[in-house]
Amino acid sequence: MEITLKEITKIFQAKDKSETVAVNKLDITIPSGKLIGLLGPSGCGKSTTLYMIAGLLTPNEGRIYFGDEDVTDMAPEDRGIGLVFQNYALYPHMTVRQNIMFPLENIKVPKQEALQRAQEMADLVGIGELMNRKPKQLSGGQQQRVAIARALVKKPRVLLLDEPLSNLDARLRLATREEIKRIQRETGITTIFVTHDQEEAMSISDEIVLMDLGVKQQVGEPQDVYDDPYNLFVAKFLGTPPINMIPGEIKNNQVFVKGAKIGGKVAKNQDVVVGIRPEGFNIDPKGSLELEVYMVETIGRDTTLIIKNFEDEEKSYRVIVDARHRIQPGDKVKFNIDEDKFYVFNQETGERL
Amino acid sequence: MLEKQSNLKALFYLAPAMVLLSVFTFYPLFNAFFLAFLKDYEFLLRSARGFTILGNFKNVITDPDFGIAMKNTSIITFISVPISVIVALLISVALNSVKKLQGAFQTIFFLPYVTNAIAIGMAFAFIFHADYGLLNTILGWFGINPINWVGLNASWSNAMFALLVYTVWGGLAFKIMVFLSGLQSIDKQYYDAARVDATPRRRVLTRITIPLLSPMIFYITVTSFIGAFKAYRTIIGMFGETLRPPGTLSKDSLITIVGLVYDALAHADATGKMSEAAAASIILFSITMIFTLIQMQISKRRVHF
Ligand SMILES: Nc1ncnc2c1ncn2[C@@H]1O[C@H](COP(=O)(O)OP(=O)(O)OP(=O)(O)O)[C@@H](O)[C@H]1O
Ligand SMILES: [Mg+2]
Repeated sequence: MEITLKEITKIFQAKDKSETVAVNKLDITIPSGKLIGLLGPSGCGKSTTLYMIAGLLTPNEGRIYFGDEDVTDMAPEDRGIGLVFQNYALYPHMTVRQNIMFPLENIKVPKQEALQRAQEMADLVGIGELMNRKPKQLSGGQQQRVAIARALVKKPRVLLLDEPLSNLDARLRLATREEIKRIQRETGITTIFVTHDQEEAMSISDEIVLMDLGVKQQVGEPQDVYDDPYNLFVAKFLGTPPINMIPGEIKNNQVFVKGAKIGGKVAKNQDVVVGIRPEGFNIDPKGSLELEVYMVETIGRDTTLIIKNFEDEEKSYRVIVDARHRIQPGDKVKFNIDEDKFYVFNQETGERL
Repeated sequence: MLEKQSNLKALFYLAPAMVLLSVFTFYPLFNAFFLAFLKDYEFLLRSARGFTILGNFKNVITDPDFGIAMKNTSIITFISVPISVIVALLISVALNSVKKLQGAFQTIFFLPYVTNAIAIGMAFAFIFHADYGLLNTILGWFGINPINWVGLNASWSNAMFALLVYTVWGGLAFKIMVFLSGLQSIDKQYYDAARVDATPRRRVLTRITIPLLSPMIFYITVTSFIGAFKAYRTIIGMFGETLRPPGTLSKDSLITIVGLVYDALAHADATGKMSEAAAASIILFSITMIFTLIQMQISKRRVHF
């Protein structure tokens, strides 16, 4: 089922009457049967957006549609959603089986059928053998799967997940995100997945929605957003290691960085910020941009060169090169820059030129 | 080495409490046990004629007042405790769900806790006054004739009813406070999850709130039972030292086991009375302990920690 948010705004009012605009005129369409990653830094309004879709929060302005149906004023229990909370919210006094069956008991599914559906769901998420355990006796990953099973067992129209992997260690996180992808594929349920981890969002989402300060920044397939960021924020937020932001200028439709011409851009002469992806540097003896290598990080597959940034010591530049190049700290290396791996941004607004 | 040092330190810090406990708790406790087994103990002379195993207990149990005290104590305990726990629970849940004036309501319900029990007892005696009492006035609105609750020659059952109302009310404040703090520590997400899953209010209470509050409920129930077994102040507060409505016979007394202990102590100068008081308190102690152990057994299966 397609979900449409129309100009959704949510304002929180504190006791002292100060206001926080958590979500600001958000317009998104979430295609039916897809897995959407809602991505952004901490505090940007992801959870707020998710809870408005769930009905636990009411927007101050705007409408929410499930298909053609306006659900803005509908109670959460009538919306047919499954919600997985950031810390799972499994009932600690109930067994796994009781937890999964709980939503079914509420809608008066006969006991026998409820037991069967709970078992099927548990098997789907791979916890079929743990039905008699209490949540405390489970690992984080297992708890998370119980939470997903509980959300899915009543066959919701939409599945909402709020940073479900944030409590897991790195290895478990990789495994469970594949699991979520598999479950989503098998059930075909429209799913919204909230995370602040760009890698996580990119790897499992059919589309990502990138937010900052309650405002939508860009929507699209992960690769498209990565390759074609609309602004500085989007370019910075996606990619590990992050993109290098270097002051530069445009002169006669040419882009210059540190005095070296790296490519062309049709625009009026001005100072700009140039973003170059770490993988966009090619070692080339005839290259125009010469950089002194400060440190070398080897991980085997490829090599990261760290270039000292003299304007801002904190933010050194990172360049990924093929591991075959044996480069030592202190070497001066010449590069040319891939045409599609650098972006030019307006210095003031951060908009892409 | 380090461990030894820290043990010494711990002992040092605990010493003041240990000394006080020894003087005012352990010694009297031990002494009571000792007294209960002395034969014909003379309190004034501090002398006894040897030991007796069951003599003092027999004296207590065969005293006609003992049966009355047991009956009264049981009724007070087994009626007031369940009622006050349930009422306190319902009030706490209601209080926890109101948004406005929550602080004001909490203060109102907490006031009895900081008010003297004897004073409240007197106030209650007045509420139950046959002629001017608030209760009879209200009953009058519904065409019910005045009832003699606690006045001259009031019946035992009327007096007991008034006492129970007072006992329940007096115990509410502390229970509500404990339950409220328990309720406020329950993660709100459980309720959000329940809402998303279309859980009816009553099921939220019985399947989520009460189980999650069960450690508090257990704690309150056990301590309330212990407190109710020791009921005495409430009766003094309401009926004065006679422990019964004026003009009634001693068979209609509202005396409790602790009342019996104090009664015996009041006559401590008579031969063996001190030992009887000790024996009665040991009986009460045993009943309380057995009952608490039973509750702890039950809690192993019922309480979610
Ligand atoms: N109940 C509330 N009252 C007041 N302000 C709130 C409330 N809930 C959230 N906010 C504010 O709204 C903004 C968005 O919060 P939200 O929880 O949606 O962020 P988030 O993107 O989910 O962050 P995170 O990744 O840390 O979970 C934050 O500035 C937050 O402080
Ligand atoms: Mg959040």
